Amino acid sequence: MADATAVTVEDLVAWVHRFSEVIAEHADELTQLDSPIGDADHGTNMRRGCRAAVEALEATGPEDVTGFGRAIAMKLISAVGGTSGPLYGSFFLAFGTAGGATHTLDDAGTVAALRAAVDAVAARGKAEPGDKTMLDALIPAVEAMEASLEAGGSLRDAMAAGTTAAEEGMHATTPMIARKGRASYLGERSIGHQDPGATSSWLLVRSAAETLAA
Amino acid sequence: MKKLINGTDDVVAEALQGMEQAHPELKINHELKVIVRGDAPVQGKVGVISGGGSGHEPMHGGFVGRGMLDAACPGEVFTSPTPDQMLEATKAVDGGAGVLHIVKNYTGDVLNFEMAAELAQADGIDVASVVIDDDVAVQDSSFTAGRRGVGATVLAEKICGAAAEAGKDLATVTELCERVNAQGRSMGMALTSCTVPAAGKPTFELGDDEMEIGIGIHGEPGRERRPVTTAAEVAKQLVDPILADLPYERGEKALVFVNSMGGTPLIELYILYNEVVKLLAEHGIEIARNLVGPYITSLEMQGASVTLLKLDDEMTGYWDAAVETPALRWGA
Repeated sequence: MADATAVTVEDLVAWVHRFSEVIAEHADELTQLDSPIGDADHGTNMRRGCRAAVEALEATGPEDVTGFGRAIAMKLISAVGGTSGPLYGSFFLAFGTAGGATHTLDDAGTVAALRAAVDAVAARGKAEPGDKTMLDALIPAVEAMEASLEAGGSLRDAMAAGTTAAEEGMHATTPMIARKGRASYLGERSIGHQDPGATSSWLLVRSAAETLAA
Repeated sequence: MKKLINGTDDVVAEALQGMEQAHPELKINHELKVIVRGDAPVQGKVGVISGGGSGHEPMHGGFVGRGMLDAACPGEVFTSPTPDQMLEATKAVDGGAGVLHIVKNYTGDVLNFEMAAELAQADGIDVASVVIDDDVAVQDSSFTAGRRGVGATVLAEKICGAAAEAGKDLATVTELCERVNAQGRSMGMALTSCTVPAAGKPTFELGDDEMEIGIGIHGEPGRERRPVTTAAEVAKQLVDPILADLPYERGEKALVFVNSMGGTPLIELYILYNEVVKLLAEHGIEIARNLVGPYITSLEMQGASVTLLKLDDEMTGYWDAAVETPALRWGA
């Protein structure tokens, strides 16, 4: 089935719809995770931003991958606010730019666009793995996807491997000391709390697996 | 929670409406939430803008006007404004000489202003940015988000706004802003928490006999919790870390800024200022200028911060220059 998979713009739109749904389901949990080490607004802000992004997609109906990325990015940046808005905005902007002015992406093109998206988050946030951020879920996820494709796996295999890696990466943030963002002011007091950004990033990867390689 | 509001969702929007009524000389874009001086853009003048979460009033909107900021972008309470607001502010004040973004060092503010600067540059506007990080309470290392931008922001906005008004170019105003940041140090403390309207309950709990030293302006934790003590002792606990971080030679001049976090009244602020004056006299530091009052607040939090700026003649001149804003006004 590997050669039969092509990710279309409609699939990408479905991804954002699904992401918005799971963010709404987990909004209270995300806000609770953000209370001890942040400012208790991650779930609220993400829910508001994702809803706005879905509305923007319905209004504009992007024709290609670049247009999809830009439409989402501008909405997330303006409607999420805080730190997560520009970080998730950078993710989708880079995804669209790397994907290009095309209606479909093949397996390699999809994972390459995800890699560009994750690299953009790292560049924007100037963070590295181990800093207790979104990247602790996103980087293992995209690395697992790349390894899976390289080993001859399908996009479905790659997405499954990425989701598992993202979930493991999210759990791995709990014992970490935060080195970026508001949580870093707490120093050692940030230990023992799962990072809310890594948690929403796991949901992003999981909803990609559910929609792009279903 | 007891607050003089109509609804928690409308706090920032309704405050802007009231500000427009009180200060018809300002132009307020309610859709994007941008406060702009009435005669902007001033042709040939460097534009100076800032922005940040609401709840620190009068910063930043109260500092918009001749001789200080050309525009300010308020975010939600304690939440960074967004790049579309900052881009609008940048465009609204660009008189062809470029625009300086004065940014407080918080992850969200820095990220959003970076994106706004990239967008403005793509539109052909020359943008420079200076990140203010004067809070000595935070250990500055690669293992944290770095020091927070606090009291020195107010001083940088005044001094750089005056330099821009005097016709200095973007590179000069930017260098001056970097110098103010490099020469400014702050330390704050809290006697009580504050309550973010949308949260409805205090951000943290402090016992009746406790204070938090090294507090940020959003109720972030400080260095440590200590028993409440006298104003004289608090002054020492604020001034000592500042002088340890940026030592002064005897005879050097400082601008001393004693700031209320919102809930501490002027009568207490003057008591604290008096103690700071005594301490600086012991160190042989000459207080060349001062500012005492609530200028960078944290909603209704009781507490105060001390900022020392090591002055040179150029900074002093721009500090003294005319300013005409809702919150700071002299020589106008």
